[in-house]
Parts: sequence; C-alpha cells; structure tokens
Amino acid sequence: MHPTEFTIAGAAAALAEGAISAEELTRAHVEAIEALDGRINAFITRTPEQALEAARASDARRRRGEAGPLEGIPLAIKDLFCTEGVQTTAGSRILGGFIPPYESTVTANLRRDGAVFLGKANLDEFAMGSSNLTSAYGGVLNPWSRRNDPEARLVPGGSSGGSAAAVAARMALGATGTDTGGSIRQPAAFCGIAGIKPTYGRCSRYGIVAFASSLDQAGPFARTVEDCAILLRSMAGHDPKDSTSADRPVPDFAAACGRSVKGLRIGVPKEYRLDGTPPEIERLWRQGLEWLREAGAEIVDISLPHTKYALPTYYIVAPAEASSNLARYDGVRFGLRVAEKGSDLRDLYERTRAAGFGAEVRRRIMIGTYVLSAGYYDAYYLKAQKVRALIARDFREAWAKVDAILTPATPSAAFAEGENTDDPIKMYLNDVFTVTANLAGLPGLAVPAGLDPQGLPLGLQVIGRPFDEETVFAVGAAIERAAGFKALPAIRAGVPG
Amino acid sequence: MSLDTATVRRVAALARIRLPEEEVARVQAELNGILGWIEQLQAVDTEGVEPMAGGTPEGIAAMPMREDLVTDGGIAEKILANAPDREGAYFGVPKVVE
Repeated sequence: MHPTEFTIAGAAAALAEGAISAEELTRAHVEAIEALDGRINAFITRTPEQALEAARASDARRRRGEAGPLEGIPLAIKDLFCTEGVQTTAGSRILGGFIPPYESTVTANLRRDGAVFLGKANLDEFAMGSSNLTSAYGGVLNPWSRRNDPEARLVPGGSSGGSAAAVAARMALGATGTDTGGSIRQPAAFCGIAGIKPTYGRCSRYGIVAFASSLDQAGPFARTVEDCAILLRSMAGHDPKDSTSADRPVPDFAAACGRSVKGLRIGVPKEYRLDGTPPEIERLWRQGLEWLREAGAEIVDISLPHTKYALPTYYIVAPAEASSNLARYDGVRFGLRVAEKGSDLRDLYERTRAAGFGAEVRRRIMIGTYVLSAGYYDAYYLKAQKVRALIARDFREAWAKVDAILTPATPSAAFAEGENTDDPIKMYLNDVFTVTANLAGLPGLAVPAGLDPQGLPLGLQVIGRPFDEETVFAVGAAIERAAGFKALPAIRAGVPG
Repeated sequence: MSLDTATVRRVAALARIRLPEEEVARVQAELNGILGWIEQLQAVDTEGVEPMAGGTPEGIAAMPMREDLVTDGGIAEKILANAPDREGAYFGVPKVVE
C-alpha cells in the first residue's frame, strides 16, 4: 500500500510497530504535493523542508519512548491558523508577507501531540466563500470530476477548500479547517471526505484569523469519521487565551465511534425538505435514515420552524462581526500598505483596504458596516440576534425528543467554476443545511454517504447537542459503516496524471 | 430599505474602503440585492425574545473572569517585525499633525 493511502489510525499503528518511519510517511506526502499540487493548488505555502525536519524529530521522539497521540502524522493547516515563523495569508492580499510571531492554540496542540505540518492550505479570502474562488491565491481544483464532463473544473467547496482537496487527493492524512457557516462541512461533502465543526467553544479560537467571532469554530478533515475524532481530541481543549473556549474535559472521541446507535432517537426536520433539492439528495437522506433504523435507531419527525430565517440571519450577524474584526487591517501594523505620494492617514487606510480586500470581502464589510450603523442597528443587527435566539430555541426544544438530527450536508454536489457566481445570494444558499448549527453553536459532522449520477460524492450531516460530539461521532460512524463509501477521486496520489 | 448612492458612499467611507465613482452603481445594486433578501426577517415575531449575543449554546456557563494580571509584554521587536513602515520602536504613518 502506498503510504498516502493510510488512514490516520492506520498510520499511527504502522508508525508504532515500526513498519514505516515518520520521515518516510512525510516524504511520501511531500512527493504527492509536488506531483499534484501544481494542478490542484491546495497549498498557498508549502513547507517540505520544515515538514521533513519535524518528521525526523518525531522519529527521534518515538525512539526515546515519547510518542504523542499524533506522532508523525502529516497534516495540512488551513492558512487561517497563525503558525509562528510561517507566512499566514488568510487567502488575502492584505495579509501578504505576514509572518506571525506566535502560534495558534489549535496548531500548538497538534504539534504538542507530534503532528507534522506539510504547509498552509488555500481558502476563500478570510474564510468568506463556498467555492474557494475568492482566494487571492487562485482557486482550488476539486480532485473529483463529472463522469459525463470530466474536463469541467469543479470547485472543492469553501471556505476550507484547500484543506478538503488536499485530504481527498491524498496529499495529507488530515487537515485543519474552520467553519463559520459551513466552511468545513460543505467542502468535506464536495470532496467525499469527513469533517466536523465541533460545539462552539470546544476549540480555542486564539491565533485563528477572525471572521465572525460568535460563529467561528475550528475542526478537522480526514478520510474517516474515526480519524476526525482522533484529530479533534488533539485540537480541542480549554484555553485561557480564548474567553469563549469551554473549560470542560475533552472525551476520547475515537472511542465513541464504536458506540452502538441502538435506541438513539434521530430527528428528521421537515423544514430541511426544500423545493428544488435534487432527487439524489432526497434519496440519500432517506437511505441514511434507513441505515440508522436498521442499526436500531428510532427515526422521529421534528420541526425546526425558524430554519428558513437562518441564512438571512447569518448574513447580518456574520458581516457585522466581520466588519468589526477586519477593521484591524489598516496598512499600519502588518501586511499590505497602499499609499500615494501625499496620502494622509485616512487615504492610506482607504487605498490599502480597497486594494487589499477582494470583492466579496469588501461587500461583506460594507453590509456589516451598514447593519451596525446608527439608525439601522435595531432593525437589522438586534433583530437578527433575536431570530438567532429563536433558531437556537428550536434546537433546544428538539433535544427533548431526539438525540441527534440527520440532514443532507449540502443542497447539491460540487459545482463547476463559473456556476453560482452571477448572484451572491445563490452562492450563499450552499450553506442552507449547515448554517443553523453555527447560529445555535452546535456540533455538526459531514460524512460521505453516496454518489450523484455524475459520480460525485454527496454527504450527510449529523447535528448533535452542545458538547455531545460523542453521539455525533457514533451516528456518523454508523452511517459510514453502512454506506461503505469506497469511491475515489480521479486525481490522487499514486495515480498517473 | 433601499440604499441610495449617497448612503453607499457614506457606508464605504465608514468602512474606510475607497470606492471609485464608477463602482458606486454596481456596489449599490449588490448591497440592495442582499439587503432586500435579508428584509424577510422583519416578518418574524420576536416580541419578548432576548437577543443571542454570543456563540455559546444556551445553558452553558457564561464567560469566565480571569485575574487582572499582565500576561504579555516586552516583545516590541516581534510586534514591529511585520510593520510596512517603522521608525525606531514605532509604527510609521503619514504625518497627521501639521
């Protein structure tokens, strides 16, 4: 077996028994990136030398009997996580050349546990997008292709598109992502891999370039549910440097993957049946429920009545928080500066921000500025916060009846570059099934479950109670076992291109 | 609510984003499209509903207080290392006082 085909659990076992060294495992992935990433563009910054050095240090730790839970596992890091000494761009020109003098808590936790970083993964600019096409560093090619139109360039989803594509194409065993409205779950579904956004507060946001602080959460991508569980255990945990990080123990999520779903009550929200959803998505959803029923779960119809207001609520709350968070990019302390001879300070700010931010980011900053401005705050922002409370209440009431909720992950399979771009709202609709979990702060897992008629992967989403990722992993793993998803993307390591 | 061109210019100025005159009409149309779409929230009855201000799920403990201690400092060089312009131990900016 080619080393890039390992699961994380499998690689950990092979490393432990000495069947492979961390250096060999990392080298295989460095070579895969060299061979494939010219086409895929999953990485903004590649760090092969540092990765190999870290792998050798990992092998040395193992020889000393000091192996951590992720010892020698090569990962891709979304370029939204600050990594000390390695350029961090957030996919934006405005952070061009920025070299963080500090490390994000999530990446520090992964390093502590022995992980090896291959590089910084491409993303939509400031994590704002569902296609990876808003990146200042170019789009990312989805390694999957349509059966009847193999030349069409499909997007990997977004915003964590580089992370998802890297894992799907076997250029990394796992990756970090962040999810503000679906930015882990939608690209996971588009790329045929698993990804979880944990409960708000499960992972520290310290050192993650902020988009919308009340919605942003870090989470892992991997090719199996169990691998996501392994990564999340290392990423999670209380951090005094993030006041919203939860001070509660981190369970052994991987152990939960083996739990039976017998007797669990699985909710089916009627409001997630949307007009215009392709029949294959409906079919897959019914199939997922059938698999869970066969495994002993009870299927319960529920109602989440405020679902249809989730996207408009999100498109007030997220831009409002973004307009505030992105005020720091002023051309003074880091990143890009654009000024004309004779520019005053205000002109410097305005030119820097006009040149440094892409169109979608400028659009969202302006929406956010408007909804927070004097005279409009109550009508938009306060109203949205109240509707957000109602969306959270819908879920709270559902938890009296069910233990987890099953929905489709996305309203379609991966689309092609150029589709959905004529109207921003059309792009926003990609997050229709995922955004509610962000608004309510709940964990959501995307798991690959089937193929559409074009041979493209489709995912299902499991939503759980706050801090009950264990049930989410148990249900996700049950679907994974039943689905037996074995399909592979056309572009992947070890396949002649 | 529909934004006129003066409001679009004012919002861009508040956001400190230079907006060339030839782009005003396009930006106006985009913003009005999005604002028209989010207008549907006005139909929701939120009488007596407490706004949800943070991301922490309800029923979870509020944000903790910490000791009021200095936990950082003395790293001016690290902080200035990314500055596009610096003068000594300060960030350089265009002259703001005549």
